[in-house]
Amino acid sequence: MLRLILPLAGLAAALLLWAAGAAWLTQRMPVAADFAPLPSADALWQLVGGGDLWPHVWLSLKRVLVGLALAIAIGVPLGVLTGLSKRFAQGTTPLFQFLRMVSPLSWMPLAVMVLGVGDAPVYFLLAFAAVWPILLNTASGVAQLDPNWLLLARSLSATRRETVFRVVLPGITEHILTGVRLAIGIIWIVLVPAEMLGVSAGLGYFILDTRDRLAYSELMAAILLVGALGYALDYLARTAHARWLHR
Amino acid sequence: MNAPLEGGRLYGAGQPAVEGHALSARGLAYAYAGAASVFADVAIDIRHREIVCLLGGSGCGKSSLLRVLARLEAPTAGEIRFLGEVLTAPHPRAALVFQQASLLPWLDAAGNVGFGLDFDHQPALSRSERAERVGHALSAVGLAGHAHRYPAQLSGGMAQRVALARALARQPQLLFADEPFSALDAITRAEMQDLLVELVHRWHTAALLVTHDIDEAILVADRILLMGGAPGRIVREWAVDIERPREAQPVAVTALRLDILNALHALRAHSYEHHQTEGKT
Ligand SMILES: Nc1ncnc2c1ncn2[C@@H]1O[C@H](COP(=O)(O)OP(=O)(O)O)[C@@H](O)[C@H]1O
Ligand SMILES: [Mg+2]
Repeated sequence: MLRLILPLAGLAAALLLWAAGAAWLTQRMPVAADFAPLPSADALWQLVGGGDLWPHVWLSLKRVLVGLALAIAIGVPLGVLTGLSKRFAQGTTPLFQFLRMVSPLSWMPLAVMVLGVGDAPVYFLLAFAAVWPILLNTASGVAQLDPNWLLLARSLSATRRETVFRVVLPGITEHILTGVRLAIGIIWIVLVPAEMLGVSAGLGYFILDTRDRLAYSELMAAILLVGALGYALDYLARTAHARWLHR
Repeated sequence: MNAPLEGGRLYGAGQPAVEGHALSARGLAYAYAGAASVFADVAIDIRHREIVCLLGGSGCGKSSLLRVLARLEAPTAGEIRFLGEVLTAPHPRAALVFQQASLLPWLDAAGNVGFGLDFDHQPALSRSERAERVGHALSAVGLAGHAHRYPAQLSGGMAQRVALARALARQPQLLFADEPFSALDAITRAEMQDLLVELVHRWHTAALLVTHDIDEAILVADRILLMGGAPGRIVREWAVDIERPREAQPVAVTALRLDILNALHALRAHSYEHHQTEGKT
């Protein structure tokens, strides 16, 4: 019971703070009335019911999927290599730590120069942001493989292919899923600013567009939607994780 | 029964391995890369359907010896025969149980039991044969009703039963078990010891059980081998012909226990002057 009440209480408190903040701001500049919860909720209702918003949502979700797929395709093999080979790990750790600490958005100008305007630089930025948690979690998954599983595989005279596909990969799936979950969070955060540059559709673009149209309640509605979709994505990733572990 | 301690080697390195046994090893030695020998000149015979306990303090090389006997590692010297044939790779009719159940958490109990059955180097089974083997093994360990439970949903004792079933499903001629019950509570451990004896008898397999627990060895073994020294050797052997259930034979059990404790004591005293082992035989 408390598990349901406490989160709702938290959300209600935030709503109150939001209403109070908007009221205070409205006293100083009347146009801020559009920021308040009620007009925002109304705008959200209109947007969700209408057809203007959804193309932006689908496009953003597609970018998330492509970015995530690229990050998995690059991060998992590199992570396995890092986990299996001490030399590879020693050779790459400083480089990876360095690259990881550069905000992916810093690459935007370069990405646009090299990849041109459009979806390609966005994919690049998302994949670049998301690859690190996947790579690092995969590597630590390999390092934490139960040595008895490998011993078991050896006692069955398993071939290399059997060992990789029947023991190593399923054995690190839990860690890969943890990495994917973190990656989804990062991608979703990077997505909005990445879509503010050089593209003409998507949720990030939509937010800038509402600002330019002075449609402030739509701006708030878009922010609510971004949060809700991000929550839903994280929920999906968490569920997949839990189902894999059968907890 | 009372081979003197100095007679460390029960079988000389020169004697031939025995063909009719489940496993027969001669002159085995093993060293980890860059380290001194863990054990040397070890000879072991395991007869069909026999339970042999390898007893010794921790660090004396029991696990290493078990891994070499199972041919998970190549011996640095010596020869192992399994069912009469020289062993150069892990044998499909030998199965392993570890101290930890080490179940694969992404497979349910039935999936774990069947895990060893469909590898390229294992005998090919039809679907129905496979299902039958898995079902048979699960019911043998008393988990017929839990086939679709996942490891995260099993208690430690149940997980170790599944590990035992995983080994049985391969219809082993020899079961290698490395302290399989030492992570369990005393009550579960006693249950599992009884189960192991029952299964070995019913499934017509032999077993090599590594343990550091004297009581476990006395309750379970047909024969006890005591390992000790540096490098490790088999220093004593007892044939245990106490009637089962052995819990009902306190006098015989206590006598054997004292004998083993004395041997361990002598081994400790002996290790202070270890260099004379080679001389007297
Ligand atoms: N993988 C390994 N690499 C190097 N030395 C090892 C390894 N495993 C065990 N040893 C050493 O070999 C000796 C015997 O270990 P082990 O066979 O595990 O003994 P036991 O099972 O009797 O406790 C110990 O001194 C241990 O430190
Ligand atoms: Mg050990």
